[in-house]
Amino acid sequence: MSQITAERDPHLHGGADADSGHAHSGEHAKYSFLAHHFDSPAQQFDSAKLGMWLFLATEVLFFGALFVGYAVLRSRFPEVFSYASHYLDTTMGGINTGVLIVSSLTMALGVYFAQRGRKLALIICLWLTMAGAAGFLVIKYFEYSHKIHAHLVWGPTFYIPPHNEFGNEEATALAHAPTPAPAAVGVPVHSAVAAVGPLGTAPMVDASVIKPASVGPTGLSAAAVDHRLAGGGDIIPYEMPSAHLEDPNMPPNTHLFFSIYYAMTGLHGIHVVVGMFVIGMLIHRATRGDFGPNYYTPVDLVGLYWHIVDLVWIFLFPLFYLIH
Amino acid sequence: MTTLDAPRHDILDTTASSDNYLTHSRGFLSWALTLDHKRIGVMYLIAVLGSFLVGGIFALLLRTELLTPGRTFVDADTYNQFFTLHGAIMVFLVIIPSIPAALGNFVLPIMLGAKDVAFPRLNLFSFYLWVGGALFTLYSLAVGGFDTGWTFYTPYSTTTTTGGVVPVLIGVFILGFSSIFTGLNFIVTVHKLRPPGMIWFKMPLFLWAIYSTAIIQVLATPVLAITLCLLIVERTLNIGIFNPSMGGDPVLYQHFFWFYSHPAVYIMIVPAMGIISEIIAVHSHRHIFGYRFIAFSSIAIAMFSFIVWGHHMFISGQSGLMNTIFSLISFSVAIPSAVKTFNWTMTLYKGTISLTAPMMYGLSFLFLFTIGGLTGLHCATLNTDVHLHDTYFVVAHFHYVMMGSALIGMIGGLHHWWPKMTGRMYHEGTAITACIIIFIGFNLTFFTQFMLGSQGMPRRYYDYQPEFQIYHVISTIGAYTMAVGFVITAVCFAQSLMSGRRAPANPWGGRSLEWQCASPPPHDNFATTPTVGDCYNFTAVIWDEKQQGYIVDRTLDPDMPHSTGAKPGGHS
Amino acid sequence: MSQPNQPSHATDVAAGHPLVGHLVGIKTLVTTASALLFLTIVTVIVRYIDIGEFNIWVAIGIAVIKAGLVATFFMHLKWDRPFNVLVFMGCSLFVILMMAFCVLDTSQYRATQYTGNATLVQETLDAHAPGAPITQKRTEINP
Ligand SMILES: [Cu+2]
Repeated sequence: MSQITAERDPHLHGGADADSGHAHSGEHAKYSFLAHHFDSPAQQFDSAKLGMWLFLATEVLFFGALFVGYAVLRSRFPEVFSYASHYLDTTMGGINTGVLIVSSLTMALGVYFAQRGRKLALIICLWLTMAGAAGFLVIKYFEYSHKIHAHLVWGPTFYIPPHNEFGNEEATALAHAPTPAPAAVGVPVHSAVAAVGPLGTAPMVDASVIKPASVGPTGLSAAAVDHRLAGGGDIIPYEMPSAHLEDPNMPPNTHLFFSIYYAMTGLHGIHVVVGMFVIGMLIHRATRGDFGPNYYTPVDLVGLYWHIVDLVWIFLFPLFYLIH
Repeated sequence: MTTLDAPRHDILDTTASSDNYLTHSRGFLSWALTLDHKRIGVMYLIAVLGSFLVGGIFALLLRTELLTPGRTFVDADTYNQFFTLHGAIMVFLVIIPSIPAALGNFVLPIMLGAKDVAFPRLNLFSFYLWVGGALFTLYSLAVGGFDTGWTFYTPYSTTTTTGGVVPVLIGVFILGFSSIFTGLNFIVTVHKLRPPGMIWFKMPLFLWAIYSTAIIQVLATPVLAITLCLLIVERTLNIGIFNPSMGGDPVLYQHFFWFYSHPAVYIMIVPAMGIISEIIAVHSHRHIFGYRFIAFSSIAIAMFSFIVWGHHMFISGQSGLMNTIFSLISFSVAIPSAVKTFNWTMTLYKGTISLTAPMMYGLSFLFLFTIGGLTGLHCATLNTDVHLHDTYFVVAHFHYVMMGSALIGMIGGLHHWWPKMTGRMYHEGTAITACIIIFIGFNLTFFTQFMLGSQGMPRRYYDYQPEFQIYHVISTIGAYTMAVGFVITAVCFAQSLMSGRRAPANPWGGRSLEWQCASPPPHDNFATTPTVGDCYNFTAVIWDEKQQGYIVDRTLDPDMPHSTGAKPGGHS
Repeated sequence: MSQPNQPSHATDVAAGHPLVGHLVGIKTLVTTASALLFLTIVTVIVRYIDIGEFNIWVAIGIAVIKAGLVATFFMHLKWDRPFNVLVFMGCSLFVILMMAFCVLDTSQYRATQYTGNATLVQETLDAHAPGAPITQKRTEINP
């Protein structure tokens, strides 16, 4: 027992300045989880932790480049960001922030219970974390589907009005453009863009093209009329299809906000999905009884991963949802 | 199997048992699923050399096309694909993984005295990531190839109609992760798996170099990965972040791309510098001059490499302010590079130089790197670069660095560690001849390109003015000369594998730990954790006639902790 | 300096204590989470207060504090090895560096772009460099 106490401190063994080689002959016999090329559990644990932190560093830079893109776009088009941000649902974003923070807490608690060797509590915590991740994704799904329904999307589709029940375009952002494909996602749209004007004066850059939105071939769109009758304010709620196209105050290049929004939240969402997958594997292993005070490294590492996912969202939330 | 009955007098553990990593287990799966860093290194080596062959063939094809102005044997679009493939294959499949993943994997844990890298499974995984990336690149050829240049500049890369752009982007993305995991593995290994006594300043300089490289791999490659992701969604979903006609910013793409790709140049060159430090010291049998300076200059280069990327963008529309800043910082990279070069030269001075094949490559490196490095200063100078940008001058400059230095260093390292990896010696004369032919061919090919470029011949052009033809012809002749040199090298290695003399544990007189285990090394590298001395102190390394190799005589070594009167810290 | 790793023996020594690593108690974790939730509410409220361009800096400041809390307590960085802290700080630093350089560059862009003047370029070339390849090419195309 005293030996274990001595082993407990990783700073005594497997240290950065190499004192780990002292005849740990018994270590491998004692700890079945100890890989052959490590001398002690502390060395193995420290290596795993350092490896994970380096991986997290790559994650930080992975997202970091997108944050750089965000900063560049926002510094170039500040008006776009303060305008378009209002189309995002702060309530949903706020709830999602809370959900992620709580799931981070349950994950951290999971690590604690794994360290204490309390199997049932660990499994419950992991399930709760999983539930948090799933909840986050469900809320995200509703957000996305609302926006996609309203054509609050990336690229030229942003400017393509939906069709009404008569098959006519409801708004006329691109009325004089030759038949932009409605399902432009995945279709090269350069031809449509080029058809409107030379590069550099494409329709989305020129606010004057977008302004006469509500007087298209079919007149005011039904949705817009309903909205006006209901006394809608300056900021048109996102529930209304293509509300942004009716808005004369929409600054040029607003679609770029949504491009970067989908890029960043999408990548974050992918990380949440991956997180659910690895947490699922942890649950499997925890149920099998792999973890205890001696060995809980995977729980710790997945925990670190999950916290960084939370950490990224902590930045995404104010940067997208909370622009004054 | 083995023959070496090593005389076990006072040498450090030279276990020449019959069991080595090549014979430890048999069968295809024992290789395909191996966790042994040595086998993974060998698999990388084969894969990288195979890719080098493919990339080299494309180089010959495009040089052949450039023999005459206008069409020689292919049309312009095919030519565009040739140089794109040559560049992409050489950069992403060959040079970046060549030294760290192939040679580094083999040598690093042994040099440290460790049994393996920290995460053997991850190591194997990154090899298969490499394979996956290579397969995607191949697939992109099948679906129409790509003609974007290896830089994938927008908006061309998002609008070109060649079908293979997205597959190759995915391929490079995967290759990036292979590189990241290799770097991650090495950092952890260097930090956590050093044996007792192996303090940071006793590590061989190759390890410092690999460590610096790993830092770059881990910190820079993710940016490339996300950039490629953005490019893929730009091309498939048209998000417009890089598209000027949609308010996006193509210069931002270049910022992203070069944030990775300038440091990537150091992923290529720094490990080669590490190899040269080893080769120069071992083959001139003299303590490396300025150990700490070389070690720190590796780290310095790694750090500087992150803040100079804009020198690739002087005429891209980058602002004047940033041009000035980037130009200034770029000059400062010359300092650590020069520190290394001077230290190598000082090591040679009064050394007992053996003109072995590795040393020939080492000397070639010194020569070529000096030219490549100094012409880099021309390119970093703002107003000069306006003239030189996108001309053959730049092509020549980076070939002097990426091929003349990085690849020559890699091949030098291959010659250096070949006896260790295979347990066989190669025919020295043949190897040296090949080296000289490659050296001559290389200079023929690329020195003429300096002249071409300074006279205004733009790079990547299919057609040119007739007055440039003579240079192009010389350059093409040089390329074929180099090809001959490489074929001779291949033959030399093949002959070595089939009928080469058995290699002793220490054929060159090295002192670092890899020369203290048998050639080829046993499965676990060292039976007992080896004792570490000063890896550049060659006073105790003596020639042993019976073994036809060098041995370390501990009684001659003032540094060894086991001898009486041990002094700490051998180097001054 | 390395932080001595001192598990809270007093409370936890009886039940299975981890062999390696640091045990962070439930109380610390719950407190951290509460602080995070509280700061989330603060950052939402601040959004509705107009303090001009400082809004974004306040938002980022709060986010940085929250990130610090997550890293320090949830991710055990307070008790972790200094090098791991360095890795985390270092990579963040590189992101900031990249961001600073890119924003510095793009902020210098001209608001308007010059469309260029092909005729003027051609006249200048004809006057000063009549033998330049570009003029030859042009006469080939448009004799
Ligand atoms: Cu560069």
